[in-house]
Amino acid sequence: MKKTGAQIICESLIAEGVEVMFGFPGGVLLPFYDTLPQYPQLRHVLVRHEQGAAHAADGYARATGKVGVCMATSGPGATNLVTGIANAYLDSVPIVALTGQVARPFIGKDAFQEIDITGITLPITKHSYVAMEAGSLAEIFKEAFYLASSGRPGPVLIDLPKDVQTEQAEYSYPEKLDLPGYKVPTRGHPTQLKNAARLINEAKRPLIIAGRGVIISRASEELKQLAETSQIPVISTLLGIGGFPENHMLSYGMAGMHGTGCANKAMDSTDLLVAIGMRFDDRVTGNISGFAPHAKIIHIDLDPAEIGKNVPAHIPIVGDVKTVLQALNKLIESREHIDWITQLDEWLKQHPLADVNDSTGLLPQYIIHQLYEATQGNAITVTGVGQHQMWAAQYYLHTEPGHFISSGGLGTMGFGLPAAMGAKVGRPDKTVWCIDGDGSLQMTIQELATLVQDNIAVKIAVLNNGYLGMVRQWQDLFYEKRYVATPISCPDFVKVAEAYRIPGLRVTQREEVAGAIDQAMAYDGPFLIDFMVEPEENVFPMVPPGASNIEFIEQPKKEVSTWPRKSIP
Amino acid sequence: MATQKHTLVAIVQDKPGVLNRMASLFRRRGFNIESIAVGHSEVAHLSRVTIIVNGSNAMVEQVRKQLDKLIDVVKVSDITGDNITIRELALVKVKAGSATRSEIIEVADIFRANIVDVASDSLTIEITGDEDKIESMLKLLKGFGIREIARTGRVAMVRGNIGGVPGEEKAAGRRSKKQA
Repeated sequence: MKKTGAQIICESLIAEGVEVMFGFPGGVLLPFYDTLPQYPQLRHVLVRHEQGAAHAADGYARATGKVGVCMATSGPGATNLVTGIANAYLDSVPIVALTGQVARPFIGKDAFQEIDITGITLPITKHSYVAMEAGSLAEIFKEAFYLASSGRPGPVLIDLPKDVQTEQAEYSYPEKLDLPGYKVPTRGHPTQLKNAARLINEAKRPLIIAGRGVIISRASEELKQLAETSQIPVISTLLGIGGFPENHMLSYGMAGMHGTGCANKAMDSTDLLVAIGMRFDDRVTGNISGFAPHAKIIHIDLDPAEIGKNVPAHIPIVGDVKTVLQALNKLIESREHIDWITQLDEWLKQHPLADVNDSTGLLPQYIIHQLYEATQGNAITVTGVGQHQMWAAQYYLHTEPGHFISSGGLGTMGFGLPAAMGAKVGRPDKTVWCIDGDGSLQMTIQELATLVQDNIAVKIAVLNNGYLGMVRQWQDLFYEKRYVATPISCPDFVKVAEAYRIPGLRVTQREEVAGAIDQAMAYDGPFLIDFMVEPEENVFPMVPPGASNIEFIEQPKKEVSTWPRKSIP
Repeated sequence: MATQKHTLVAIVQDKPGVLNRMASLFRRRGFNIESIAVGHSEVAHLSRVTIIVNGSNAMVEQVRKQLDKLIDVVKVSDITGDNITIRELALVKVKAGSATRSEIIEVADIFRANIVDVASDSLTIEITGDEDKIESMLKLLKGFGIREIARTGRVAMVRGNIGGVPGEEKAAGRRSKKQA
């Protein structure tokens, strides 16, 4: 049956199981938007800025494991997506970005709102298409969704000229794909698996570092089995948080620049580092010459280009993390590493995180702790980028994959609110907390209006310190406290929220924290709390830039805290 | 790390933007291309790209893997260590008066090059060979005055029975049977 291009787009989205898309209309997308009401099963969330659409699709994808869809018009609409697409690319998040394009006869003529968006996004997309005829749309959508979600996930962009949306073509959704240049490795090489198992069985001080690949591959159970059978302590990258339950006896927290002292000491001492679904980002390795100096490295990753890119692997295993771990678990033997684990527990005591009760003032760490208590560790927490992000990573113990959503690779300030919006749309059953900074929130604060219009019940905790805190911290530690361009004035966030018709509270005392959180949770709808935290609190431990992980700086304070706490599952 | 010239051969789909994707990748990852040549392969809709890149083994392996990740790249191999034939074609326009013409023709003969155009004050020579051969001839011709050089970039092929697009032999066989 013949359909218009716009109808084929909608049919294809439905065929791919899409239920919701985040978008912003414009001139060249009018044929599509005019067609949308024919498909009431496709929910459209109108954002206030296209960057928000891309981040919302990203947050949706991370919270659900499904492909997130965002849409923007040609020209400025499309360029506004760029940051969000780059963010999804660096964190391997499956999104499909749809952009409007001027009608085919105008392409290449510098027409009004014409921009070469496929050219602009070439280095930040897994693949991209310009749909030059309605007859090719179904095939393009089929490929795009498959590419975005399979293998190492990533963003795929489809550019849609206006007249292609109105052109008629025969529609049938293809069943098969024709992608001769696209290979998804699955199983690891049997010899390498055997070698890896031998090293694991022989290791005296083995350590697992788990990255986002564990979450993408849904391999938490397999990872748990490996760790428990061989009694291997587990640390994680920022994006790996939640892939292994952080309250597990063998969990030793996050590694790297703001990782626990214990995790960083363990990386320094281990004789066998099993790196799973991670890419040795510089924030994890610190100075690469001092990284894991005594360790043999087993690197398990789906992307062959990650093997040996930053750190050479003794045993590279290219394959899907879940499949590889299943195979590996059959080859490993039961072990105990009592001395090694005792040593890690000792380090944990020696290098605790800063005590949340260290001050009578309003400590940001205390707020995260209270959020953890109030939600019993079950909320989805979404962060912006900065100090609040690191505190959220350190003080909220995550036990489930997809429950900690944060911008890792690109480090995009402003990610928090729109991504939380996407997460809540994808998981309406969950409590979603957006933990944001006053700087980060101001970059995408307009999405408060979206929360209201679509009644998306995101709870927002602003850790307001009146600074661009993380940059100020670097100025504090490495630029002799010259706070240039980091003091930031803020609007009255409670009044701003109120203006958007979102209730809010300001909290200045630690005694008010728990009550405010309870009030926010009890309210049926979005809610904002403006926490006026201690302005010059720093994130510790910290590995100074360029230093080795072992050279971390600790909180220049006293007392021993009870963090991170452990409970036996 | 020791660098050396590597010869990469990529089989790519004839799709819009495929060269753009490859070039963008080289630029972004800081890889330096010495020569690139593109043309049809033995299979319809597939092109063959020969890339000469200078770098350490580790760096070139990274280039190869990154290229392989491009969706439109069907296959890419580093054939540097293999027994290969490399050829390049150059057209060279040399100043030639009555006094020097015969001498230039002699040089061309030594290199088994062809004279493809003769004008009153110039000769155009076509030479095919590996890089060394072309460079040696250019060196000799320099003395006469070179007006213009056009080079194709190098193409390469592994000697013997191996090579070709994997899986395509059978497919091609099936196709020809069907036609018969």
